[in-house]
Amino acid sequence: MKNKERVLKPLGKIKGGIKVPHHKTTSEFESIVLAPPEKVTISMSQHIGAPCEPTVSVGDKVFVGSVVGDSAAFISAPIHSSVSGEVSEITTIRMPAGNEVKAVVITSDGEMTPDPEIKPPKVETVDDLVAAARASGLVGLGGAGFPAHVKLKPSEDKPLDTLIINGAECEPFITSDYRECMEHPEDILNGVYLIKKLLNIENVIIAVEDNKPAAIKTLYEIAADEKRDPADKVKLMKLKSRYPQGAEKVLIYSATKRKLPLGKLPSDIGCIVMNITSVSFLYRYIKTGMPLVTKRITVDGNAVLEPKNFIAPIGTPISYVLEQAKAENPEKVLMGGPMMGIAIYDTSLPVLKQNNAILAFTGNAAKSKPTTDCIRCGRCLRACPMGLAPASVDLAVKNPKVEELNALNVMYCIECGSCAFCCPAGRPLTAVMRLAKNEVRKAGK
Amino acid sequence: MQKMNISTSPHISSLDNTSGIMLDVIFALLPATICGICFFGFHAALIIAVSVASAVAAEYIWCRAIKKEPSLRDLSAIVTGLLLGLNLPPTLPLWMAALGSAVAIVVVKQMFGGIGHNFANPAITARITLMVSFPTAMTTFVDPFVASDAVSTATPLSGNQQIPTDITGLFFGNYPGCIGETSALLLLAGGIYLVLRKVITPHLPLAFLASAAALSALLGENPLYTILSGGIMLGSIFMATDYVTSPPTKWGKVIFGIGAGLITVVIRHFGNIPEGVSFAILLMNILTPHITRLTTGKPFGTEVKQNEK
Repeated sequence: MKNKERVLKPLGKIKGGIKVPHHKTTSEFESIVLAPPEKVTISMSQHIGAPCEPTVSVGDKVFVGSVVGDSAAFISAPIHSSVSGEVSEITTIRMPAGNEVKAVVITSDGEMTPDPEIKPPKVETVDDLVAAARASGLVGLGGAGFPAHVKLKPSEDKPLDTLIINGAECEPFITSDYRECMEHPEDILNGVYLIKKLLNIENVIIAVEDNKPAAIKTLYEIAADEKRDPADKVKLMKLKSRYPQGAEKVLIYSATKRKLPLGKLPSDIGCIVMNITSVSFLYRYIKTGMPLVTKRITVDGNAVLEPKNFIAPIGTPISYVLEQAKAENPEKVLMGGPMMGIAIYDTSLPVLKQNNAILAFTGNAAKSKPTTDCIRCGRCLRACPMGLAPASVDLAVKNPKVEELNALNVMYCIECGSCAFCCPAGRPLTAVMRLAKNEVRKAGK
Repeated sequence: MQKMNISTSPHISSLDNTSGIMLDVIFALLPATICGICFFGFHAALIIAVSVASAVAAEYIWCRAIKKEPSLRDLSAIVTGLLLGLNLPPTLPLWMAALGSAVAIVVVKQMFGGIGHNFANPAITARITLMVSFPTAMTTFVDPFVASDAVSTATPLSGNQQIPTDITGLFFGNYPGCIGETSALLLLAGGIYLVLRKVITPHLPLAFLASAAALSALLGENPLYTILSGGIMLGSIFMATDYVTSPPTKWGKVIFGIGAGLITVVIRHFGNIPEGVSFAILLMNILTPHITRLTTGKPFGTEVKQNEK
């Protein structure tokens, strides 16, 4: 009886949102460890926050897990080598957003020798945990890449009562979090109990969309542990499969019925949200001391002949990943999911920490819907999880006036893409929202 | 390096498109159209053909004249022409139908900027234009299944309440009226199709019909009679739900529907014209921007204060 109560129903109902095709082709494919490429390009900006500076120079010998970049800034995370070998170049690469960042190119010796100095950290207090999270290089693995230690650092005036583990994975195609649930469920739960204990958090909600029943079952069987959790505070929550269920604001509302106000952090309303793979990784780091040097990525899309989940060394060129999955004549390549991922023009770009998918498309899937006039059908209003009116912003942004854009509450937009997805006229509504937000930001400066 | 297509997210989209939506509306109208032609004969078919053809022609010619790419592919001109044709009496001279379509497309739609920019429903406004220009021709109705040159009859709405039209006859559409407005059954079927295809939501038609029924019951009329006769079924399901001229919000649709329902009954009951649906919808069209503004909610996360701790 008690076990049954562990799988909770969502407290809040997602507002708006859209039904997206799932395309979770790779969900039952065991992850494959990708053979390391000859060279890896380690970007110095793999997180939200200050970019790192290289801490190595050309000719230096590095091992798997050696620090190659770091920053003194608080919102930042160190970067490690994913192969053993020699630093062959310090260069700059142009990221898909257009900005240039420094990168360390390492030529692999093929040995994959771990750094001899690596040893499991001693984690007994919350400060140890924060230090370990920083040293591990962990960033939010759901895609945003927010440094984990910043999230975990407790604040006196902001007591936390709920830890939400985000396993929603609402983006089509991506199954990397799902595979984590199936391959390392123990690590996830161990991580959960560790964070719960050290941060002294009362409730834990592990939230998974209901299109992944196997993950819910597996996690629930482990979570239903009377020895570790006698008070029964670690719960699973079966979320409705509806995009963007995994968006932080939507997820917090589903899990706790709390609404995150604009410009506030989850900690302001007593919550901490962590990606399910992040938690699992953090536990493995504390057990082994090996920092974040690989990432599971789903490789899929209609140009990929052999869709797979790869455990890829960070810094692996995307072209190499695509080759290994037998991608044929891709015309569009995405870093991340099809709803929020970034289209890249250059496949020599490296895999980043927060990448969870590389998708390659060809034919019609690589093209956008033709844009015609808005017919004011209202689909975008109904789809917007934030209750905004993208079609009105589409009109307002042509002759932008900041007061008007503010009256349309453009800053609330989470850029989930639901509006543009459902627009029958193919209007680039999400791009329009970004443009509008940019106008407001410019005026604020 | 191979050149890749670049786009901003999202990179996938739903299969919906404007022409698909219009095609659904045309499908939904087909049963009522065929039924109207069966009831009222060959001339009715000609009226519909002429109004559709001239709507398409008007769109093409106007767009060419002002050097704009004609958007015939979105099928919206066909929907406008079809709706207008269904809203005309079966004996109307064909040139009037053609004129009506031209007014709908050129004056009401294109002069305001084309699809998505008109403030009033083109077919409704064209019908009203014809109504005030040719009142006799626009109110000459015939019984179903008689030749179109037969003597004209009064519609159930002519105020002449002695006309023995039973509710079943009204439901199936076997009574004098405009070509496509008489069969409540087939119009309802079309409406259900549109709701199932998610082209429209049921809020507006339900509010429209319910408020009209309620007010007519208060005024001592048979509410079933109110919602089954005249253009209210066609108007509430197919004309009032026009995306451009009705509010996009759920409550806005309800307010629009209630307003249109009440105005319809008020005109029918107290006015000296037999039918009030067109005017009711037009009036609510004009109020639509205000209704939309009033019913637009606050964004997610503004009304907090619970669980502040």
